Amino acid sequence: MNLFRLSWKYLTFRPLSTGLNVILLALGLAIITVLLLVQDQFENKMTKDAEGIDLVVGAKGSPLQLILSGVYHIDFPTGNIPLEEAKKLSRSRLIKNIIPLALGDNYKGYRIVGTNHDYLGLFEAQFDQGKVWEQPYEVVVGATVALREGLKVGDTFESSHGISVGSHDHEHDYQVTGILAPSGNVIDRLVLTSIETVWYTHEEETESEDENDHAQLHQEVSKTGFPEGDEAKEVTSLLIQYRSPMAAVQLPRMINSGTSMQAASPTFEMARLFELLGIGVSLLQGLAFVLIGISGLGIFIALYNSLKERKYDLAILRAIGASRGQLVFLIFLEGIMLTSIGALVGILLGHSFLAVIISQNEQGVAASLDAWIFLKGELWILVYALGVGILASLIPAWSAYQTSIAKQLAKS
Amino acid sequence: MLISTENIQYSHPGQAPLSFPDIHLKSNEALLVLGKSGSGKTTLLNILGGLLKPHSGSVSIDGVALSSLEGSNLDLFRGKNIGIVFQKPHLLAPLTVEENLQMAHYFSKKKGQEINRLLDELGIGEKSKSRVQNLSEGEAQRVSIARALVNSPKLILADEPTSSLDDENTFKVLNLLQTQAKKIGAALIIVTHDQRVKDHIPQFIEVKGA
Repeated sequence: MNLFRLSWKYLTFRPLSTGLNVILLALGLAIITVLLLVQDQFENKMTKDAEGIDLVVGAKGSPLQLILSGVYHIDFPTGNIPLEEAKKLSRSRLIKNIIPLALGDNYKGYRIVGTNHDYLGLFEAQFDQGKVWEQPYEVVVGATVALREGLKVGDTFESSHGISVGSHDHEHDYQVTGILAPSGNVIDRLVLTSIETVWYTHEEETESEDENDHAQLHQEVSKTGFPEGDEAKEVTSLLIQYRSPMAAVQLPRMINSGTSMQAASPTFEMARLFELLGIGVSLLQGLAFVLIGISGLGIFIALYNSLKERKYDLAILRAIGASRGQLVFLIFLEGIMLTSIGALVGILLGHSFLAVIISQNEQGVAASLDAWIFLKGELWILVYALGVGILASLIPAWSAYQTSIAKQLAKS
Repeated sequence: MLISTENIQYSHPGQAPLSFPDIHLKSNEALLVLGKSGSGKTTLLNILGGLLKPHSGSVSIDGVALSSLEGSNLDLFRGKNIGIVFQKPHLLAPLTVEENLQMAHYFSKKKGQEINRLLDELGIGEKSKSRVQNLSEGEAQRVSIARALVNSPKLILADEPTSSLDDENTFKVLNLLQTQAKKIGAALIIVTHDQRVKDHIPQFIEVKGA
C-alpha cells in the first residue's frame, strides 16, 4: 500500500461523484482540444491551399463565395465569365501567371475541375500512377478520391451535372489517366481535367453529335494558357499571380470597376472569414471554460464533502503514524489524479470527436483534417487541468492539515 | 519502565483542569484506567498516545519523552511504538481488511507482524480480502485490534474496548488483548468504566475528574 493506491481507492470508492467530475472536466477540455486542432489545421490548410494565388477573378457576386469556390472548392461558384474577357485580362502586364478553371460537374460529390497543367504545377502535384491528361475526357484524380472510390488508371466513370451529388448523369465516360500522390492540399479531393472536357460535356446536351464533334474528341487539349474557343465559351474563375507588388494595388480595382468580372484576394477574404468565425470560436471557448470552472467547483465540493465524512479516517491515519504532510499530499493527490484522468479523457474525446466529424464529412473541407495529430498546445491542457486539480484541493487539504486527531475521535 | 508519567494536567477550554495520577508500567504488564464517564479517561489515553499535548507534566515511553518529539517525528514514533484500539473500530471503508492493516505498515515504515497469520490468530483469517462494510461489528472490532497489534508496538492503548459487548465477548476480547500483548512483549493500558474488566486485570488506577 502507498499513498497513490490509497488515493485511487478513495476515488474509486465514490464512482458516481468521481465519474461526474471526470466527465464534466473532460467535456470542457474536449471542446478546447477540438478548437485547438481545428484552428491550427484549418488555418494551416487554408494558407497552404491558397499559396501562390494572389487574386481570384470570377463572375460578380460575393467575394468570399468566389474564394471559397475557386480556391477551396467548398461553396458554389458565383457564375461564369466569358472566355474572351478572360483572355483580354491575361494580356495585362501586371499578371505573371493566370490559370483558368471551369467547374460544373461532379463525380460522386467530388468536383470535376477543368483547368490546364499549370494548376498541377501550382500545388507541385506528384503522380502516384499514370500521367497527366492530354485528350478530352481524360482525367487525373486526387489521392482521396482515388482511395475512397477505388479508382485506378484506365478506369472509366460517368460524371453528374452540378457540383454536388444527386443530379442527372452525363453520357460520355471519363477515363482516368493518372492518380496523384497525397499532398494534404485541396487537390486530394478533386478530379482534374482539361477545360475542353468540361465544355464538350455541356455541349453534348444542346447539340447532337456530329462529325465535327467526333474529330474534336481526338485533338490534343491545351496544356497551358487558355484553350481555343468561340465567343460563346465560358470559364468559371481565374487564379492569378501578380508580376509585381504594384499589381496588388492596381489590378483588383481595374477588374472590379472596368469589367463585368470581380476580383477577390484569398488572404483578405480568409482573414475576414476567420474574423467572422472568431465570434463562434470565442463562444465555444467560453462554454468550455464554464464547463471547466464547474468541474473545478465539482471537484472541490466532492473533496470537501468527502473530507467531512473522512475526518475520522484521517485521524485514524494520523494515529497509525501518518504525518500532517502525508495527509495533505493524499488530498492533493486525489484532486490531481481526478483532473489528470479528466484531461486525458478530454484530449482523447476531443480527437475522437474530430475523427467522427471528419468521417461524417467525406467530401467537405473537414475531410482534409487529421484527427490524430497531437499539438504542443495539448500539453497546456494537461497543465491547465492540473492547475484546476490543485486549486480545488487547496481548501480541503488545508482543512485536513488542521484536523486535530483527539478532537475528531472524541466526536464519535 | 516502559511508560511513566509525572503530574500530567490538562484542561479543556472553559473547564476546570484535570490532573491524572502517575503511571509506571513495565513491558508485559497490564493496567486498567477506571473512572466515570466524563472523568477524562479518554483524554488521558490521548495524552499517552501522543494525540494530545498535556498542559503540564511529562510522558516518557521507552525512555523517550513525548514532549521532545514534534510533528512528523511524533507521528512516526506513535506509528512504530504505540498501538491504539479506539472505542469504535474506525476502519477505512474503501479498503479491504488486509489493506487496512497494510496502511499501518506503510505509515510506520515498519515490517511488523505478518498480516494473515495475525488475522488467523484473531479468528478472522478468512475475512482478509473482505470489504470493511461486509464485516459484523464484532469482526470489525477484532480488525481494529489487529491494526493496533500489526506493528508489534511496545505499548497498546485500548479505549473502552468492551463497553458494547456481552459478558462472553468481553472475556474473549480481554483475553485476546492480554495474550497478544504478552506475545509481543507490550505493555497494555485499558481505559474503561466497565467493572467486569477488573476481574481480569488486577492492577488499576482511578481517574477522578476535576
